[in-house]
Amino acid sequence: MGKEAKSLDWLLSYITSLLKSIEDSKEIIIEDLTLEVDNITIELPVASRAVEVEKEAVAIEEKPIKLIEATFNYPKPSYQGSIASVKIGATSSEGGSRKKTYTIGGAKAPQFYNFIAPQQHIPVIALDVFDVTPPLAGPVKEAYKDVLNDPVAWAEKCVKVYGADMISLHLVGTHPQNKDLPPSEARRVVESILQAVDVPLIIGGSGDPRKDMEVFAEIASATRGERLIFASITLDMDVEKAVKPIAENGHNAVALAFLDINQAEELCRKILQAGLPKDHLILDPTTGALGYGIEYSYSVFERIRLSALMGKEVLQVPMSCAATNAWVAREAWQKVAEWGPRELRGPLWEATTAIVCMLAGAELFMMMHPLSAKIVKKYAQALSKLLKNPSTSYVDWVKSKF
Amino acid sequence: MPKVVKPLDIHNLLPQTNCKLCGESSCIAFATKLANRQTSIEKCPHLFKPDFSDKLQKLMELLAPPVKEVIIGVGDRAVKIGGKEVVYRHELTWRNPTAIFIDVHDEMSDQDISARFNFVKNFKFIRMGVELSIDGLAIRCVSGNPERYAKLVSKAVEEVGKPIALCCLEKEPLEEALIIAGNVKPLIYAATKDNWRDLAELASKHKCPLAILSNGDMALLKSLVKSVTEYYKVSELVLDPGTFAEEDVNVTLNNFVATRLLAIDGGDKELGYPLLGVPAALWTLSSKDRDNIEFEESVLASLLMSRFADMLIMHTISPWAIIPVLTWRDCVYTDPRVPSSVKPGLYKVGSPNESSPLMVTANFTLTYYIVKDDIEKGGVDAWLLVIDTEGTSVQSAVAGGRFTADKVFESMKAEDAFSKVSHKSIILPGYAAKISGELESLLGDWKVYVGPRDSADIL
Repeated sequence: MGKEAKSLDWLLSYITSLLKSIEDSKEIIIEDLTLEVDNITIELPVASRAVEVEKEAVAIEEKPIKLIEATFNYPKPSYQGSIASVKIGATSSEGGSRKKTYTIGGAKAPQFYNFIAPQQHIPVIALDVFDVTPPLAGPVKEAYKDVLNDPVAWAEKCVKVYGADMISLHLVGTHPQNKDLPPSEARRVVESILQAVDVPLIIGGSGDPRKDMEVFAEIASATRGERLIFASITLDMDVEKAVKPIAENGHNAVALAFLDINQAEELCRKILQAGLPKDHLILDPTTGALGYGIEYSYSVFERIRLSALMGKEVLQVPMSCAATNAWVAREAWQKVAEWGPRELRGPLWEATTAIVCMLAGAELFMMMHPLSAKIVKKYAQALSKLLKNPSTSYVDWVKSKF
Repeated sequence: MPKVVKPLDIHNLLPQTNCKLCGESSCIAFATKLANRQTSIEKCPHLFKPDFSDKLQKLMELLAPPVKEVIIGVGDRAVKIGGKEVVYRHELTWRNPTAIFIDVHDEMSDQDISARFNFVKNFKFIRMGVELSIDGLAIRCVSGNPERYAKLVSKAVEEVGKPIALCCLEKEPLEEALIIAGNVKPLIYAATKDNWRDLAELASKHKCPLAILSNGDMALLKSLVKSVTEYYKVSELVLDPGTFAEEDVNVTLNNFVATRLLAIDGGDKELGYPLLGVPAALWTLSSKDRDNIEFEESVLASLLMSRFADMLIMHTISPWAIIPVLTWRDCVYTDPRVPSSVKPGLYKVGSPNESSPLMVTANFTLTYYIVKDDIEKGGVDAWLLVIDTEGTSVQSAVAGGRFTADKVFESMKAEDAFSKVSHKSIILPGYAAKISGELESLLGDWKVYVGPRDSADIL
C-alpha cells in the first residue's frame, strides 16, 4: 500500500480488520508493512470497539425479549366532493349498438387510495387510429404496418389483436391544411368503424376549431344514442355551439385545457352552462411527454383531482390523458445505440408517461403502442383491486439468486 | 399541507443581535426565510456556540421536516434521502431526489459483478446539460457465508466509490462486512421481527442507518421502529413497507401512501422516515422473459417514485429501462413554482448578424431550451423568435391553434424582426408545417422554409 494514497477511512478499516484478526488468532506476524504518515493523529475507535464487543457480550443477556407493540390505523381523510360517473358507449337496449361499454369516474378519494374508498372503475385504454396516416415513430409504425392505410382494418387490429378497450379515431385528414376532407367523409369512416368493431369510439378532431365543430356536429347526429366521446372542445371554439349537437344526441365530450387549472375550470364551466350534463363531461388537462413537461401534467392532474374532492364542483369530472404524446420525446423514437433498443425504449416511454398520469388521477387513456397499452392495463387492473393480504412473499428477494 | 412554522417562534430562539452575519438584514428577516425554507440555520454562526446549544436543539426540532432526512455514506460518497416537508410536490417542492441503488450479490459471476460495479460507477445519461446517474450499490448476501460476503463488500468499497447498502438478514455476514465497511456508513438492510436485536445493535455500534422490513405488516413495521429507537437509540431509519408486485402492487402502493399521509398530515413520528421501494423484487416472481421483467421493473420504479419512494433498489442495468426512471426523477423533483414558459420575444443564439437565419419556436420552457441548445450544438448563430404559445410545445400549440401564421407575423412586427435580418427568409419548426402557406401569403415576398420536427436535426 506504501506509495498509493489511500484514504484515512481505508486505513482505519484496514487497522480494524487487522485488530479483528489479532483478536481472533491471538498471534499475528506483520511483514513488509511500512506506514509513512506524518503529523497525523489517529484516534483508534477500533480499540474501544473491541472493548465494546466484550461489554455487549454481557449485554446480550439483557437484550429486550419482546417488541414494543404498536398499532397502525390507515388514515381516513374525508373528502366532501366526489367525481361524476361518465358512461361510455351504449348497447342496443340503451339506444346504441355497442357490445362493450365502460364507466369511468365516481371516485370519492384520490386514485387507487383504496384504504379510503375502493376504486370505482378500472381505467380504460383506447388505442389511436388515424383517418390519414401521419408520420409515426418507428416502433409504432412496425406494430401497424399492415393496416396503416385503412382506418377500419387498423381499428379492427387494435381491438381484435391488441385487445384495446376502445378506439380513439383522429380525423386529422379533415384539417383545412391537411386533406380538408368534408364532414360527410369523416362520418363515413366513423360509421364503417362502428360496423367493424363493437367497442365505443373517441372521435378526435384535427385541431382546427371551426372545422372540428362542423365535423363533430355531422357525426354526433349520425351516431345519435351511441354515447361516443367527442375530443375535444377548447376555449377557442364557440363553446355553446360546439356543445349543442353533442349534448342533444346524448354523447360525451372532452374539455381540453392547456396545463392550467384555472383554464380547466373556465372551460368546464362554459361547457356545463352550454347544456352538457356533468355525467357526460371528461377533462383533459394536457399530457406532456416524459422529459418534456410531464411534471406539469402530473401536478395539474393532482391539483385538479384534490380540488374536486375538496368540493370544487366544476372540476368533479373524470380526466383523460393522451399518453400518445410521449412519442414526441426523442428518447422514445431516436436510434441511439447507447440508449438501448428503441423497440423497448419507445413503448416504455409511453407506458411511463401513462402510469405517472394515472396515479395523478387520469382514467381514460389514448395510447399508440400495443405493448405500452398492455402493461398500463395490467397495472390499472391490479391497482383497482380491493385490498387484501398479499399472496406473494417479498423478503425472499434478499437471498434470491436472480 | 406543509408544516407551518411561525417566524416569531423561530425568532425567539435566535441570538437577536441583528449582526447580519447570516446575510440577512435582521434576525427577524432570517427567521422569516427559515420559516419559508429559503435559508438554513448553518448561516448563523452564533447558534453553534456552546451557550446556544439548547436553543439550537429546539430550533432544529422546530424546523425538522416531518419525514426525517437520512444520510447513507460519508463525505463525497454520501446521498441524502427523505427530508420531505409535503405529501404532494405541488404544495412546495420535493427535497432530496429518490436515491437509486443497483443490486449485486455474492454468488454472481465475476463478470456480472464487474458489469454492475461499472454501471453504478460510470453510467450517465445527459439530459438538458445535466448528468443523471446511479446513486449507489445494494450488496446482497446470498451465500450466507461471512467471508465471501465481506470480500465482495470490501471489493465494492474499494472499486465503486459510491454509497452502499448491505442487504443481509443474518447477523454474522453483516458483522464481518461492517468491520470493513462500517466507517463508510452503509444502509444496513434490514431489521425484521426475527433479527431486529442483532441488527439494531450493529447499527448502533457502527452508527449506520438501518432499514426496517416487516413484509407488509404495517403494525409490525411501527412496532419495530419503536423498539429499535427506544431500546437501541437507533434513529437513522429507512422504512420498507414491502414491494409486492403483480396482483399485489395495490397493497404496496396503499402502504406507501398511507405511511406518508400519516407521517406528514397525521404527524406520526414513528412513520416519519424515508420510504424504500424494491422494484428488484420483481425478479423473484416470474419465469417471464428478461425484457418483460425489465420493462415492468422500470414502470414499477416510476410508479413508486410518484407515490413517495425516497429510495429504490433496482436490478436492471439496461439503459433503456433505467433512462425513463432517471428522467422522471429529474422532472418530478424540479420546483413546481417555476413557470413552464419563457418570455416571448426575439432571442439571440450565439452572435447573429443580419445574414443569420431567423427561426421560430414556442415559448414552452423545455421547447425553448432544447431548440437553443441544439442550435448552439450545431455551431450556428441565429435569431430565435419565440412566440407566445401559452407555455405549450410546438406540436400541441399547432393542434390547439396557439401557433398560427397570424401570431408569427404579429410577433415579427412587434419584435422588429424585419430590420434585424437583410434576407427575407424564415424557418418554421417541422410540426408547424401546415401554417407555412398562410404565413407566406402574409409575408409577401418572403420565403418560408419548414425545418425539421426535431431540432436535433438542425444542420
